Amino acid sequence: MTSLLDVSHLSKEYGGPSAAVSVLRDVSFNLLEAGTLALEGESGSGKSTVLHLIAGLDAPSGGSILIGGKQVVGMSDAESAELRRRHIGIIFQQFNLVPSLSVRANIAFHARLGDQFDPAWADHLADRIGLADHLEKYPEALSGGQQQRVAIARTLAARPKLILADEPTGNLDEETADNVLKLMLDSAASAGAAILMVTHSARQAARMSRRLLLSHGVVQERPAQTAAQ
Amino acid sequence: MTRISLDVLWSHWRRNPWQLLTLLAGLALSTALWSGVQAINAEARASYASAADVLDAGDVARILKADGGAISVAEYVQLRRLGWLVSPVLEGETEIGEVRFRIVGIEPLTFPASLPDGLQEGQGPIAMVGEQPIVLAHPDDVSSLNGQDMQVRADTTRPRGNLLMDISHADRLLGEAGGIQRLLLNPESPLNQNPLPDIFRVAQVDVQADVANLTESFHLNLTAFGLLSFAVGIFIVYGAVGLAFEQRRGMFRTLRALGISLRHLMLLLAVELSVFALLAGIAGVAIGYVIAAALLPDVAATLRGLYGADVTGQLQLRASWWLSGLGMAFGGAAVAACAALYKLAKMPVLSFNHPRSMSLGAEHVSRRLALLAVVLFVAGGAITLFGDGLLAGFTILACLLIGSAISLPWLLDRALKFADQHSKAPLVQWFWADSRQQLPGLSMALMALMLAMAANIGVSTMVSSFRLTFVDYLDQRLSSELYISARTEEEAADIIQFLNGKADALLPIMSVDARVGGRPAEIYGIVDHSTYRENWPLLSAVTDVWDAISGGSGVLVNEQLARRQGWQVGDTLPSGDQLLGIYSDYGNSIGQIIMSEALFSTRYPDVPRLRFGVRTDQPEIISKALFDEFNLDEDELINQRDLKEFSLEVFERTFSVTGALNVLTLSVAGLAILISLLTLATMRLPQLAPVWALGMTRAALSRVELLRAVCLASMTAVLSVPVGLVLAWVLLAVINVEAFGWRLPMYIFPADYLRLGALTLLAAFLAALWPALKLARTDAQSLLKVFSNER
Repeated sequence: MTSLLDVSHLSKEYGGPSAAVSVLRDVSFNLLEAGTLALEGESGSGKSTVLHLIAGLDAPSGGSILIGGKQVVGMSDAESAELRRRHIGIIFQQFNLVPSLSVRANIAFHARLGDQFDPAWADHLADRIGLADHLEKYPEALSGGQQQRVAIARTLAARPKLILADEPTGNLDEETADNVLKLMLDSAASAGAAILMVTHSARQAARMSRRLLLSHGVVQERPAQTAAQ
Repeated sequence: MTRISLDVLWSHWRRNPWQLLTLLAGLALSTALWSGVQAINAEARASYASAADVLDAGDVARILKADGGAISVAEYVQLRRLGWLVSPVLEGETEIGEVRFRIVGIEPLTFPASLPDGLQEGQGPIAMVGEQPIVLAHPDDVSSLNGQDMQVRADTTRPRGNLLMDISHADRLLGEAGGIQRLLLNPESPLNQNPLPDIFRVAQVDVQADVANLTESFHLNLTAFGLLSFAVGIFIVYGAVGLAFEQRRGMFRTLRALGISLRHLMLLLAVELSVFALLAGIAGVAIGYVIAAALLPDVAATLRGLYGADVTGQLQLRASWWLSGLGMAFGGAAVAACAALYKLAKMPVLSFNHPRSMSLGAEHVSRRLALLAVVLFVAGGAITLFGDGLLAGFTILACLLIGSAISLPWLLDRALKFADQHSKAPLVQWFWADSRQQLPGLSMALMALMLAMAANIGVSTMVSSFRLTFVDYLDQRLSSELYISARTEEEAADIIQFLNGKADALLPIMSVDARVGGRPAEIYGIVDHSTYRENWPLLSAVTDVWDAISGGSGVLVNEQLARRQGWQVGDTLPSGDQLLGIYSDYGNSIGQIIMSEALFSTRYPDVPRLRFGVRTDQPEIISKALFDEFNLDEDELINQRDLKEFSLEVFERTFSVTGALNVLTLSVAGLAILISLLTLATMRLPQLAPVWALGMTRAALSRVELLRAVCLASMTAVLSVPVGLVLAWVLLAVINVEAFGWRLPMYIFPADYLRLGALTLLAAFLAALWPALKLARTDAQSLLKVFSNER
């Protein structure tokens, strides 16, 4: 299996030269195609920053990020936007659905943006994810768990190679969170997508094939079985 | 990608139609008020231009009969024989078919100015006198002339209802109704011609320029009102665009995160706004047309009555104001969207977990705006003290209005905080505190309301002050009961003899045109009489001014001449006369000098004594006797009472124009409140649900919402009064002086302001009624959702 994501010596500092705060220091890891990886850490440890840097939403202070062999660091706004449209799917803790679009339109949205919309695949996902009866509703009429499922369906419908999930179950109760995560992993596996999930929940992290701990700006590999205990 | 992105942007408006309506209505109404006013102005100016261009001979001198009568063919021939190169113009009105036309007949071969465009093609001027002589008519009139025995050629430079043709053709059509009123004097006339017989006089035509100058005052005020109305609308648009931006902030972030670049997103928003501006602009110009068409007859009557300027009273669709209206819509939308686009450019894509609420930092923003307002007020004050010119005047206006509007949120916030701190009852405390919380969402609508009200107070104060001053002025200037213009000196002598013993006094009015400081002026000679001593509107004068005038030791000048030349009482003028006094002379654009009859006669011995003012306590009897005895025309004997009544009637029509604009502007502001409240209604539920849960009924809550809107409108109205008064002062004491050279005194009209305040509260009440009713009918489920964890 080949590597989809290669992060090397990544660093990020905030503030000016005189009062720089280092959030990430020499972070390096990789993620194989169709692999799953949990990035754990306490609040404020820089987990989300790693995700934003990979998605090209923010620029690192140093290091490199390769996705499918393509360097993300130094991309223009238009290039990184293109990357997100075609190759990356992002799932947010706050769902970030478009409130003025119906569930059906929300699911189709990302795929249509990247010219990869397949109505049959979108319908299959909606059915599989348990949203078939809610397709004409608007997000405001759905529960939190349902909204997160719409967000997952939206990401999968675009067939991204890499899914970046930022605390995707952080707003859900434990049972709903377990169901949503199972759905996300199963759907991603069937779509052949890799997942990088940021979480501070050890329970959720244990569902991934690899785990990394981010602490004081540095990552450490954690054995999956240790965390599972 | 572009299409799906536009779909997503559009989905917001589809789900929030009220917000879209706010934006479109604000933009359309502001464009409508602006373009309506511009349409009126354009129509009036086009009418003046048409009048000047009837013969395209505006700068050609004319020879007229000294007694104002028609010129006979024999007299025309006599002048030609004396070496005067003149070309006759025959004019009159007649009905052709069932339409009344003004006929202008010219002699094309001797016509001393360039011929109309319609005669430049084909045979040229000869075509007017051939077998089938050509008649030039406005394209709209051509169809009315079908079937008539004439060859009509469309000429867009003709005014409507005006036909230009060869003089012999015109003579046949007009018969008795026509006459040669003037002879155009060829500028290349030889210098050695014989003297002009006494029965003729040469008139250098600059009347049109004078009319244009006079009416500019009226148009400037209308334009200022139009601009203020536009500003009110733009505040609404700014509010709607800003609110939409806040509501779509999450959507923008999602779009960015899912792969839309910033540049592409901004481009899409610009396209979206351009489409709205185009739609609203078209609607606005169309509404403006309706407004202008409704108001134009009154404006035309005002202009005709006040300045003698002829305006058709019918509106035409002119490309220029269609384009200017659309331009304003686009410009306004761009200005209103600037802040939102800037915020979008600066908005971090990250921080997903911290959606910005509208009220976050609102207090901080309002404080900064209040500080900026102070800077603007100080700048405005400095320009008032040290500035000069019309541009400075308008800058003061801008500083005043923008400063007042942007300081409003802070002032209201302070007032609400004060009320909150001094309230004891919990419900009252909640009312004030909740009002403060709602303020950011309503502040744009309230600013629009303030601008609308201040504009109304300012403009109506100016117009009312103008009316009051003008009425006084008419009383002073038209102090004689009758005004007579004799046709000849012999007739004047007969009239004097006839009135001997019948009138209390006969006051000769002698005048001559002159140039002072390179600009046209009039010089008058008057007799010493108590009429002048008691009534003349002197602004400043030496002591015993009338004795000094009577003794021939100096002159009086009007305010505008004194201001223009920088003259003060006591100065020695270039003519060698001492300036003894300055008097007000509203509505007159040219300078005027008054001296004693004796001095005038010495300097201008050849000026005929044809005009008189008659003092009498029996004006009706004397005027009837004069009509009977001398067969005078109506414009040769004017009754002062009729003239005043006519002037006042003109003013009433002026009021109907400003009154209509007042109502329209207030309606726009009322609409702003309505739509802001409707937009805020759904966002208010989380704030109202806890109060409902604690035991307040929905009906009671809706009454509180209604009370809040009226309360905020009242506070805004109170704050608008000083702004409106300062606006009126700037218009009267700065803009008018800079533009026209005369300063009007300012009067205060408290009853009018109270009435306007009541109207404002009514507008706010009506605007809040619907949202309040909606709240009263909100189902419990919607309120309960607020408490749901799953929401």
